Amino acid sequence: MSTQTTASERTTLNTLKSTKPGLWATVSALLRKELLIELRTLESVPGMSLFSVTVFVIFHFALHQNTVSGDEASGILWVTLLFAAMLAVNRLFVADSDQGGFDSFLLAPVDRSALMIAKALALLIYLLVLELVAVPAFGLLLLGPSLGAAMPDLLAVLALADLGLALIGTLVAALAVRTRARDLLGPLLALPLLVPVVIGAARSSSPLMAAGHHGSMQVRWLMTLALYDLVFGLISYAVFDFLLED
Amino acid sequence: MPLLAQAFEKRSAAYLTRWLICAMLSTSRRESEGTADTNRLALELMGLERRFGERVALSKLSLSLERGATLVVFGPNGAGKTTLLRVLATLLRPHAGKVRMFGHELPAESWALRGRIGLLAHEPLLYRELTTRENLTLHARLHGVSMERVEQTLEAVALGSRAGEPLRMLSRGMVQRAAIARVVLHDPELLLLDEPRANLDPAAGELVEPLIGRSSGRTRVISSHDPASGLAEADLVLGLRAGRPALLQSASSTDPDEITELYR
Repeated sequence: MSTQTTASERTTLNTLKSTKPGLWATVSALLRKELLIELRTLESVPGMSLFSVTVFVIFHFALHQNTVSGDEASGILWVTLLFAAMLAVNRLFVADSDQGGFDSFLLAPVDRSALMIAKALALLIYLLVLELVAVPAFGLLLLGPSLGAAMPDLLAVLALADLGLALIGTLVAALAVRTRARDLLGPLLALPLLVPVVIGAARSSSPLMAAGHHGSMQVRWLMTLALYDLVFGLISYAVFDFLLED
Repeated sequence: MPLLAQAFEKRSAAYLTRWLICAMLSTSRRESEGTADTNRLALELMGLERRFGERVALSKLSLSLERGATLVVFGPNGAGKTTLLRVLATLLRPHAGKVRMFGHELPAESWALRGRIGLLAHEPLLYRELTTRENLTLHARLHGVSMERVEQTLEAVALGSRAGEPLRMLSRGMVQRAAIARVVLHDPELLLLDEPRANLDPAAGELVEPLIGRSSGRTRVISSHDPASGLAEADLVLGLRAGRPALLQSASSTDPDEITELYR
């Protein structure tokens, strides 16, 4: 290869080079990368799904009950989903940290919030896929009342709770990943922050799982959940840049 | 809540400052095209210091490097070569002294340098589960570079035929070529190269010469352990020992034995 060829390539590059990529173009590139890596490695979603089904089976034997309903059912579902989510939270930034993705991202002329948004979206997608497996499995293995009619309301609770899990999980994962004890620090930081999400989600969905009849969803708890999501969305957006700094 | 407000305030203030600096810079550029030094110098270090806890990784380092010139840094393991490259890459903050690159002071104006630096580190900074093409496509999208350039760069490092294989399937030499493709993909003005020819066979070394060698015409800072090949690349030679400059002179006046002495 001659020097002349390279010089002409550089000229071509200069003319091809576009302006700084926008926020959503960056988010889309990063999210695509996240999903591709998960599809190739299957490190998060299968583990989360298997974990949640196993926990339902354990509860089935531990409670010595064929079915559960109401507060008990709601609590079991949300605690299981919370711990399953922690598996993905712990792995969320590992590839970036171990393989230098952080450094190459920090060298790019892009808005750093794009990484937070892409990671939160990736975690949200993992949680939605998890629930495609976990909620039917819960219905089959433990839940007494049928979820059929309550499903639209339950979907609203799942969506808001997942958003909270994704935002807080991303924030905490970014904090923990650069420490030596990241596997311990992640859950220790995340679980207290996620308690309000579990309370809101469990209280909202408890009437939907009540025996005999389907009660109405508690909108007050749903609004609390939405507000908590909003607050953590704003906090994450405000502080994420600083978490990436040296 | 006061913390949240403070963070928002800080962020808004940072963006406002950034915008004001941009506006001022573009105005002053239109008026006078900057000072002579800003135009001539790529790099100015004045008493640079960087610590990791109590340990001093770099200390009292001062030098300047002209645009298009090459600085080669020698020194035994732990001398501070990689730390210097990471400070220049804006990945580590200097703890004392001044660092100015292309007229922008670090760390305050590091945002202005993103996209103008190509860092070749010990690690390839590529995802092992993605193919070379997918890695470069991600990098291209982060830098606003076209997909056409991705293919050109793959050809330039002779990885076109293996570009569809996951990086973990490639040999070390091929991964190094993929990393070099990532480094030059966005046409950076400054190359920071940590032992760039590690794992490359002689043919691959020749292949990447127009991309990262002297003929690339880019300003370069290279970390090396090989006095002969390092001196052949250098305009300016820096020898580090325990984070302090033990040697700083032009390449033409440097004897290879002076470099070998650094390792004793």
